Amino acid sequence: MREYRHLRNVTTLAYDAEKCTGCGMCSEVCPQAVFFIEDRKAHIRDRDLCMECGACARNCPSAAISVRPGVGCAWAILLSEFKGRTAPSCG
Amino acid sequence: MADAKIDPEKSFESGSSRHEAGPRCECSPECCGWSSAEGREERYIQESGHWVDRRVETRAGSVPVVRTKLSRLDILGKVKARIGIGRMNYKVEPGLYAVGNARPDSPVFVSANYKLSFDTLRCGLSGLDAWILVLDTKGINVWCAAGKGTFGTDELVERIEKSGLDRVVSHRTLILPQLGAPGVAAHEVTRRTRFKVVYGPVRASDIRRYLAAGMEATPEMRRVRFNIKDRFVLTAIELTNPFKYLVVATAVFWVFTLLGLPLLSWKAWYPYLGAILIGGFIVPVLLPWIPGRPFAWKGWLLGVAWAVFVNFKQGLLPLAAESWEQAVARLLILPAISAFLAMGFTGSSTYTSLSGVLKEMRYAVPAILGSASAGVVFLLIGLLQGF
Repeated sequence: MREYRHLRNVTTLAYDAEKCTGCGMCSEVCPQAVFFIEDRKAHIRDRDLCMECGACARNCPSAAISVRPGVGCAWAILLSEFKGRTAPSCG
Repeated sequence: MADAKIDPEKSFESGSSRHEAGPRCECSPECCGWSSAEGREERYIQESGHWVDRRVETRAGSVPVVRTKLSRLDILGKVKARIGIGRMNYKVEPGLYAVGNARPDSPVFVSANYKLSFDTLRCGLSGLDAWILVLDTKGINVWCAAGKGTFGTDELVERIEKSGLDRVVSHRTLILPQLGAPGVAAHEVTRRTRFKVVYGPVRASDIRRYLAAGMEATPEMRRVRFNIKDRFVLTAIELTNPFKYLVVATAVFWVFTLLGLPLLSWKAWYPYLGAILIGGFIVPVLLPWIPGRPFAWKGWLLGVAWAVFVNFKQGLLPLAAESWEQAVARLLILPAISAFLAMGFTGSSTYTSLSGVLKEMRYAVPAILGSASAGVVFLLIGLLQGF
């Protein structure tokens, strides 16, 4: 399967291996297969695949992951600029 | 857009478009559209024979049993939603639905109340006995609603209680679409309701294989897909808005022409149509094969090629003293249009992040505005000299 990447080194994804319990939830919810589990710990395979959806951070029971979630959508960002909204979102 | 979605709308979550929507969404129009449904009275697609088969009595009251094949009306509705007609109000009533001969031990799937998401799920459950718990996502697909938080922990907990699900089923497991995960904290739902949340595959069409494998998703089922066909479908909504503007602009220039100012001609018009098609259709479809990573760049690149081609074809290249303004105007305006529309496809794509698109826009938006404004100046100079 082809793996798409947008710009390099932009993601806000941060991961603290110390806190990881190896439950595997992050690798289960990530639609871009950023995480994999090895030796009962999560590992990041490729940060540039991250689309900042926030699923991993929200479903991490030990709060080992953080990311600023948002939509990677130019129209939403333009619209939020015009309307003075705090964060771009759909609709 | 979101596909997304994905075809965000094809996913179990559905729909990806991020966006849907993508989109992957809305976010992009694919995802969620431009208008907001706030303040409007809640109107749902009426329960009727074309999608509800019968009703079944449960310990929590009577529940509609839905069909698992799309009727002609469902398909018509789908096409309309795809091209943006009534898509902000295409929703089913939240609550519990049944599929087949659902029993207390049948699995429970959770969905959004955007009818396209719901339709995709019920089709994926064809031949199975199951329950569908529809959340109130304000008519938005799973992916985009999860991003907004309406497909979220609180709504799920509340909907479980309101529907009396614990009296209807004898087990304690909910299967959520994977793309709903950005909005739902599984461990928190379990803590508050004692229902265990598991994430099913991204696409509803994988549900049967997922169940057959003992609720195990393969890595492939967990990935959002974004192949040429998915992108092709998403372009329909991308083109809706630019075409509206093109029609309005054409009408305005046509009126001028009728009034004796000959501003509208095929030669002057089709370059713009081409620029729109490049940004809204060609770039999305050929996305991975166009060099460079920023979407706006991809659009600009093909836009320049188009402008050069048009100028050659109309004899404006090599530059001549009497028409160089027009040639330059096109080289500035056409690529800007293509770049702008291509940039918009970030919302329908399934792999762009907020940080990435912000970075792209920091460079692209000023460049596009500057180029287009300068182009309009040259266009006016050329026009004035023509009179």
